[in-house]
Amino acid sequence: MSMGGLILISALSMGIIGAVLAIFLAFADSKFKVVDDPRIEALAGILPNTNCGGCGYPGCRMLAEALAKGDAPPNSCVAGGSAVAKGLAAYLGVDASGHKRKLAVVLCRGGNIEARRQARYTGDLSCTAANLTGAEKVCSYSCLGYGECVEACKFGAMAMNGNGLPVVFYDKCVGCGACARACPRNIIEMHDEDHKLFVYCRSKDKGAVAKKACDVSCIACGLCVKDCSVSGGIVVKDNLATVNYDLAPQNAESTGRCPTKCILFDVESGSTKQNFTATLARRAG
Amino acid sequence: MGLKTFDRGVHPAYCKEQTAGKKIELAALPKTVIIALSQHAGVICEPLVKKGDVVTEGQKIGDVKAFISAPVHASISGKVKEVDLHLSPSGAKVLSVVIDGDGLSKDWGAVTQKDVQSLSGEAIREAVRECGIVGMGGAAFPTYVKLAPPKGRAIDTVILNGCECEPYLTADHRVMVEYPEKVVCGLQAIMKATNAKDGVICIEDNKPDAIEALRKVSSTKGVVIAVVASKYPQGAEKMLIKAVLGRKVPVGKLPPDVGVVVNNVGTAVAVYEALTFDKPLIDRVVTISGEVREPKNLLVRIGTSFEEVVAQCGGLKASESRVLNGGPMMGVAQVNLSVPVVKGTSGITVLDQAGSKPLRIDPCIRCARCVEACPMALMPYRLGDQGRMQMLDGFSQWGGFSCIECGCCSYVCPSKRPLLEWIRVAKFKSRKAQKAKSA
Repeated sequence: MSMGGLILISALSMGIIGAVLAIFLAFADSKFKVVDDPRIEALAGILPNTNCGGCGYPGCRMLAEALAKGDAPPNSCVAGGSAVAKGLAAYLGVDASGHKRKLAVVLCRGGNIEARRQARYTGDLSCTAANLTGAEKVCSYSCLGYGECVEACKFGAMAMNGNGLPVVFYDKCVGCGACARACPRNIIEMHDEDHKLFVYCRSKDKGAVAKKACDVSCIACGLCVKDCSVSGGIVVKDNLATVNYDLAPQNAESTGRCPTKCILFDVESGSTKQNFTATLARRAG
Repeated sequence: MGLKTFDRGVHPAYCKEQTAGKKIELAALPKTVIIALSQHAGVICEPLVKKGDVVTEGQKIGDVKAFISAPVHASISGKVKEVDLHLSPSGAKVLSVVIDGDGLSKDWGAVTQKDVQSLSGEAIREAVRECGIVGMGGAAFPTYVKLAPPKGRAIDTVILNGCECEPYLTADHRVMVEYPEKVVCGLQAIMKATNAKDGVICIEDNKPDAIEALRKVSSTKGVVIAVVASKYPQGAEKMLIKAVLGRKVPVGKLPPDVGVVVNNVGTAVAVYEALTFDKPLIDRVVTISGEVREPKNLLVRIGTSFEEVVAQCGGLKASESRVLNGGPMMGVAQVNLSVPVVKGTSGITVLDQAGSKPLRIDPCIRCARCVEACPMALMPYRLGDQGRMQMLDGFSQWGGFSCIECGCCSYVCPSKRPLLEWIRVAKFKSRKAQKAKSA
């Protein structure tokens, strides 16, 4: 066979094989087509992709899928805040006005200075381990002070202060709730940004017991309940004053007469350092 | 031929000579007792009395309708001072009944004397539940639950655990030496309730007087005395079954799954007293040892504060010591001495301050001593790290939940890594995560 014939046959056979395979692939492509929601990609693009888990989904991609399906509201991403919520809402064509920024609040002020101690703990320095055996402080509801919440924070928004208590840097807190989940004594709570009035104590001990254990404990005296202008705004439940955020006015009216200064208004927006210094001064005086 | 034993384990210093030869003394009647409503594994009891009520010794003051639970009884007669949360030796605050005593005590032997042999299996189980009897080796698992094995699981052997492998403790040892008839009688009642044909009492070879005493009374009664090697944790039920019967309890299963029920010798005595005298579990033998002025074995009413018990032993030697509920291997350090003696308090061990220096943790040097020591054949160095780093998925995959918390790994670790603490943290966190998932 001549050289020309050989080339012709080769080219033809290759061409035919190629054409058959192309037809097969085209068929397979239409037959086994995976319909992917194009919105997922777009939504994932709007999310911060830090995979913090604050929304309750394992990662940002899963939240994007849930958003596309309509299983999650547009304000689900706590880390992204209102900017991301607005972006998601605009893309999905829904209203995101209900979004409120959530912040972590540490509800214990019984640090090394204020809280009494009864023992010396020599075990592993983690809050969970200490909590399993009973820990050092007399108050069994207090902050343990080993900083598991600080370790849990992925945004560098927490640190332990010199008094052995965690502080939250509100310019960095994204409200993901990792610290609240890490705390074995449930001292950290997630609150709406506009909540300003807090009872900084979780002790359910009777007044006399709580007072002996810590200088800044709630002794359930009920003065804040009386001073609150809306009835039911603050109630004493299990020896602990509790703010009802649906009713209580967010101002300082009920804080003035608190004998232990454990109910406070708007301290966190100021400098936490200032507050710490105030505590020191009170102890000294 | 060597003595029967299990694989791996450790040989801690036993330190039992302080109290091993001392007779059980009756402790002074406490003026006030604090009876925790949860002294057992399982559901917490609801109080049946309120502030101001007058209670008699042995009166039931807490009960709940749940399968895994045990009622609690007033250990002294008197008046209920309050029903409130009180610190318990577990480290948690537990709802407790505080009773102010009237200084009287009851002679249980004078009231009723029943013949144990005449009781049916059902009657034995009922009496054991009503008397609030729980495992007295420390775990405090309700005994009647053990006596009622699930259907389809025939029990052929009852093992009485008299190993007492924890250092310092001699309470079980003294019970065996001083009340061998009660131990054997209690064992026979347990065998009847479970329809088991064999009864074995296991004793470590470091208690020859107990072996002697029990051999004397058991020879005619079809009960076998098994002498096992002195090794820790010989008294853990899974280890004991392996050592004595050669049977292995599969992962996630319990002794009834291999036809065995294990009870402590102290529990057997409590069963005997419950059946013969209708006496609920209101007192127990406690070894107070270590850095106290006069170490003792005391018969203490449940609910007596540690402070009162320690005072009867001459008080603490040092002003700052480590006081444990239980022995040094598994005992839990107490934050103050106001905590009451509970049904599971086998001993109060006091260690000196030298043993409680702040922890200095060195890196793991991969020597694998913990692996060689772990009686459950786990890899503690790995489980510990998983607990420390909170890698909870890996923790359960590597068999973390099989850990019996004996503490051998922490004991042998040359870097003084608190492996058991980390494993406990991982267990706690995994359970919490599971709960959150199912909620």
